[in-house]
Amino acid sequence: MSRPRILYCHCAFAKVVAPEVKAAVLAGLSEADVEFDAVPDLCEMASRRDDRLRDLASPGQLRIAACYPRAVKWLFAAAGAELPESGVRVWNMRVETAGTVLNGLLDSNGGGSHPEAAR
Amino acid sequence: MSVATARRSRVVLQNGPGNRLSPTERAALAQLLLERGLEVSCRNSLPSSDSREGDTIVVDSSGDAPFESSSGLPLVNAGGADPAALAEAIHARGKGTAGTAWKPWFPVIDYSRCTNCMQCLSFCLFDVYGVSADNKIQVQHQSNCKTDCPACSRVCPEVAIMFPKYRHGPINGEEVKTDDVRREVMKVDISALLGGDIYALLRDRSVKSKSRFSKERDDERALKERQNCLVALQRDLDVPPEVLAALPSPDEILAKAEQARSRRLKSEV
Repeated sequence: MSRPRILYCHCAFAKVVAPEVKAAVLAGLSEADVEFDAVPDLCEMASRRDDRLRDLASPGQLRIAACYPRAVKWLFAAAGAELPESGVRVWNMRVETAGTVLNGLLDSNGGGSHPEAAR
Repeated sequence: MSVATARRSRVVLQNGPGNRLSPTERAALAQLLLERGLEVSCRNSLPSSDSREGDTIVVDSSGDAPFESSSGLPLVNAGGADPAALAEAIHARGKGTAGTAWKPWFPVIDYSRCTNCMQCLSFCLFDVYGVSADNKIQVQHQSNCKTDCPACSRVCPEVAIMFPKYRHGPINGEEVKTDDVRREVMKVDISALLGGDIYALLRDRSVKSKSRFSKERDDERALKERQNCLVALQRDLDVPPEVLAALPSPDEILAKAEQARSRRLKSEV
């Protein structure tokens, strides 16, 4: 089974995610030597309907470090890149600690919230 | 959508042993690049085929196990440079967003909650919302949205409008709780309160007020009432002062109402 893809959103255009959480998550991913994709700001990409979002939303396991799962789900949808109904997990850097986020992204057992569960 | 669609450059950083950039330096470089609006992909090997070749820049930090260079992708040599200087050099070669004034602030609709009631469309004075060919509410002009103004989300009776960069839930996308829904239900339905046709009523009111003011004109009092009204609006809906300052004039509102009415009539034919 292939490893889940990892997507990290830096939320670069607002100050809603604590800088120390973002720095710690980025450092942890780099330290772990895993492959991952980091984007400056999912909102900004969604506003441009960036076709990269469609690539990221392609079927398969995807782990996302960003903000609230409900927001992430509908941002992708707004960009015409609906996330698959299964295989996607989101960790919320606005409320979760860097340790929790990193454990979720790197742990083979997963965790996190599926965007479908957020209502 | 009214926002430019130019794609950002992607920078590929190399993972693994023999790397001249330590994990700490790679993380610092990634952060600097992200803050300059560039995407970053950390890879153990350079992808052999990449649909975004034209936008990709590779950071060559190889020691013992260099990336294959046969793809012809532009390379930036990492040797000896500190992350800040490297980020500057890469940014100069790529397409980032530095200098872009627009903060990505716009409503995001949760269609699992939206009932297509169109209250947001009626409420927003800046034409952010529109209707699709199949009569579904849509966010069509995102860049018209006023930064930090979440007012339309507050009039949504279903808590279906999010602003992901807002401070508080559920507008920021936090899970909607029963209390949130109950609070929305208690709000007065503006259009119902005004008799269903808000635009016709606005027009009537404008005609009546013109007549009334011609008889008992008191500019100072009118101005004070308007200011009181704006203060209440700002307080209750968390509307930034600059948004209130940008509100359209009564004539512009009437013109917009006319346009909306003719659009509706056309769709009914």
